[in-house]
Amino acid sequence: MTPIHIAYPNIFVILPELILMCWVFFMMMADLFISKEKKEVNALLAIIGILLSAAAVFVVMPSGHITSFNDSMVSDSFALFFKLLFCIAAVLTILISRKYIAIEGMNWGEYYTLLLFAVSGMMVLVSATDLVTIYLGMEFMALTVYVLTGYLRHDTRSNEAALKYFLLGAFSSAIILYGMVLLYGVTGSTNIYKVASFLAANDNFSNPVMIASVILLVAGFAFKVAAVPFHMWAPDAYEGAPTSITAFMAVGPKAASFAVILRIFLVALPAMKSHWVPIFWGISAISMLLGNIVAVAQTNIKRMLAYSSIGHAGFIFMGVISGTKIGIASVMLYMLAYLFMSIGAFAVIILLRKTGVRGDEIKDFSGFARKHPSLGLCMLIFLVSLIGLPPTAGFIGKMYLLAAAVEAEYYYLAAIGVLMSVVSLFYYMQVAKTMYIDEEIPGQQLVSSNALTLVVYFCAAATLLIGMFPNRFITSALASVLTM
Amino acid sequence: MNNVLGFPILSLIIFLPLIGAIPIMLFVPKQKEELIRWLSAITTFVTFIVSLILIPNFDTATHEMQFVERHSWIPSIGVQYFLGIDGISFLLVLLTTMITFIAVLSSWHAISERLKEFHVCVLLLEVGMLGAFMALDFVFFYVFWEVMLVPMYFIIGIWGGPRRLYSAIKFFLYTLLGSVFMLVAILALFFVYHHYTGEYTFNILKYMEFNFPFNVQWWVFLAFFLGFAVKVPMFPFHTWLPDAHVEAPTAGSVILAGILLKMGTYGFVRFALPITPDAAHTFVPFIVTLSIIAIIYAAFICLAQKDMKKLIAYSSVSHMGYITLGTFTFNPQGLEGAILQMINHGLSSAALFLIVGLVYERRHTRMIADFGGLAKVMPIYAVFFAIATMSSIGLPGLNGFIGEFLILLGVFKVSYIWAFLAAFGIVVGAAYALWLYQRTMFGKLENPENIELKDLNLREKWTLIPLIIMMFWIGLYPKPFLDTMHASVNNIVQRVNPGYTPALESFRIESGSVPTADPTHAGRANTNEPSGHGDTAHHGGH
Repeated sequence: MTPIHIAYPNIFVILPELILMCWVFFMMMADLFISKEKKEVNALLAIIGILLSAAAVFVVMPSGHITSFNDSMVSDSFALFFKLLFCIAAVLTILISRKYIAIEGMNWGEYYTLLLFAVSGMMVLVSATDLVTIYLGMEFMALTVYVLTGYLRHDTRSNEAALKYFLLGAFSSAIILYGMVLLYGVTGSTNIYKVASFLAANDNFSNPVMIASVILLVAGFAFKVAAVPFHMWAPDAYEGAPTSITAFMAVGPKAASFAVILRIFLVALPAMKSHWVPIFWGISAISMLLGNIVAVAQTNIKRMLAYSSIGHAGFIFMGVISGTKIGIASVMLYMLAYLFMSIGAFAVIILLRKTGVRGDEIKDFSGFARKHPSLGLCMLIFLVSLIGLPPTAGFIGKMYLLAAAVEAEYYYLAAIGVLMSVVSLFYYMQVAKTMYIDEEIPGQQLVSSNALTLVVYFCAAATLLIGMFPNRFITSALASVLTM
Repeated sequence: MNNVLGFPILSLIIFLPLIGAIPIMLFVPKQKEELIRWLSAITTFVTFIVSLILIPNFDTATHEMQFVERHSWIPSIGVQYFLGIDGISFLLVLLTTMITFIAVLSSWHAISERLKEFHVCVLLLEVGMLGAFMALDFVFFYVFWEVMLVPMYFIIGIWGGPRRLYSAIKFFLYTLLGSVFMLVAILALFFVYHHYTGEYTFNILKYMEFNFPFNVQWWVFLAFFLGFAVKVPMFPFHTWLPDAHVEAPTAGSVILAGILLKMGTYGFVRFALPITPDAAHTFVPFIVTLSIIAIIYAAFICLAQKDMKKLIAYSSVSHMGYITLGTFTFNPQGLEGAILQMINHGLSSAALFLIVGLVYERRHTRMIADFGGLAKVMPIYAVFFAIATMSSIGLPGLNGFIGEFLILLGVFKVSYIWAFLAAFGIVVGAAYALWLYQRTMFGKLENPENIELKDLNLREKWTLIPLIIMMFWIGLYPKPFLDTMHASVNNIVQRVNPGYTPALESFRIESGSVPTADPTHAGRANTNEPSGHGDTAHHGGH
């Protein structure tokens, strides 16, 4: 037995998450000294923490590809791209949360600390290159999000959502863990690069244990991104969770999960590609079909967006399946586009929430654009972008994903994808119709805050900007694709 | 390929409506209705005037793209900001700027609620239409193609008739359904082109010069067909059209029939024929069958209509059938006829929808049975209606005749049977149009509500007069219009039907022997003479 040699870790690799975690501990302490009336300070502190972490991302960026902790963590441009994405998502979430949790009467410091913990978990997850660190990051992220889902503890819907999310999430984590164990059993290593080189050197293509491992991993991660047939938790969790957390859930954990899916399947398991591609193909196709078709029947907008996000997840799988450089870049680009259009749409939903009115039924939008033309226009931009029409970010993202699928010659999948975009038109335009054509609800008054409207305008501007001048974003996604 | 003018005129034309829309959207309060109307009218008028600058500078001797503007837009995937027009798009651009201006004028009093949104929608729609006619990069084209959908959805959905919501979403779903497959086809072309040449580009001019493998062509053509056929609309994709038209406000119908439908036929001529010529040949029987069904079936449906607007909507399906039929003859006569007929139909259907709109504004009904004897109270209106009807039927001396004649000539050279069936459609067409005119304009003025009807005022006359002038111009002296498209059409014919040239010679001899009393035909025959080229070259020189 060789003696275990532990090198002094290069903490530079995990600088953004490290700073964030230290800041969260500081915030937990600080919260004790903040009086009940001044809980808004927590939001400010949280934003400062995120900005510090984002600054750390830029500090680390010039170092390029560095690894540490015995090759279990990596800091490459792929990870940094996602870390920045999480920072943006977190800041936007905090901005839309302030008013909302005050209305819900839940304006406590824990909300922000939990949120920041979730972000640091996601950052660990996208940097992880070892099955153990991947699992660590994933659970770190998931546990905090479970709690946030059930944050409205007096609301039965929120409790139910958290419980369902927790049970199914824990179940899926166990499935992933089992898959990882089998993978370790075959290859003798938990490091994804060593796994890859072992599989490249030794033919295990027909090894039943390996096949079982691939299937378990696929199923587990499909749970995490709420792809059919592992999507059952999503509509309830989306509907029940505080709307600000729904916005966060739809973007952050989903992006992190897709990042880790790319890493595991394209870096560690390319040798098994012929096994996992057909499974993902099926998951992608039925997610698009079921997500979009069921969304048509929804009357609650959060539920509708939940089903539509299942459809979007199916769409994003196209990029994973193609596995090419364009495929990876398209997943990243789409997550960036989805970040702005999705959080923007949820921010508009939050605008309708006020004491005594949940404001998350589609009919609550009646005449919204008549009374608030500019906010209505922003919502229209988000809807158009979610459908995937130009000149918005959603179009560029969808086109790029389709390009990946067409390049890899998955024409049927591309055909299903565009067909389901047409279906999605129907339910998204239903909201636009309600906003623009239906009669106003008398006496509808928005309880708005500057931060909230700022987020709406910012997201709309970003959605249009990415749609009209996408070159910068495409080049940066292409420059940060995973090195395999 | 260059730009004879020193400044980016095409961009200016495309974005002028946007420049007008932004202040309306952001700065004008919605109470200032007159100001919004005037701003919108001035914007569309200026756009029209600027587009007229193209006429003296347009070189009719070449099929090359003109006034070209080229900048990189998304260099990482080879998408360019690439604009240019040739003889085919040139006429459609002018049609667009003219019809949009007329549509704004026609909605002066017809649209009274939510004025601001309406005019913003119309202006954005114009941006999309102009861009789609000028774009020479496939992704850039697709962007404009889809930008049209949302404003049109709202025009139908907000200001439409009782079933407007159903019609608006149906319009949107149908057209998006057609075009998404086109997007997949565009991406497939992109990668196939890269596979063979090593270049990532969406430049359609390069695609036109490249011979794609037949298998690729076949699928791409099918996808194009779906996209364009829905827009035309061809049978059996036409069912959205009567719904959309009947429910849309007058200005919406005018733009829809006048311009949007031409997107589909323009797409066939610009993209499907030159990029997938071999596949286009194999689809000829299929498309011709659908076209002839559309011509005859829609004409018979027209006979049964009780609603004037629905009748005109179905007549559009029938007339668009001629255009697709002419396009797929692959000879210069058929194609030139088809393109000219796009303009003609733009003029005549726009005029007819305006005419129906005028009487609807007065009476708030469009049922044929509610009218009769209107010629007595509205004599000027009756004259305009008569001219538009005759134009639609194809009476010699008016524009419809030239287009239909050329199409039939082109069809005749390919198949007698097709020509016979198409000509039969013209007879039915004359029947329903004249019968409509007779039932509304002549007879006894029985309905007491019609006695008090006012004739057209000055603004209303001026919405129709430009259209009427154009109808006569094209009908009596079509040469300038045909000259414009001649080089471009020949280029497409060479591409899609390379063995055509000898047949062209024989046509000249035949055409001299076709007995015709109409002077316009002589002018037409002249355009095939080499001297015609000399004239056009001279014309383009100054």
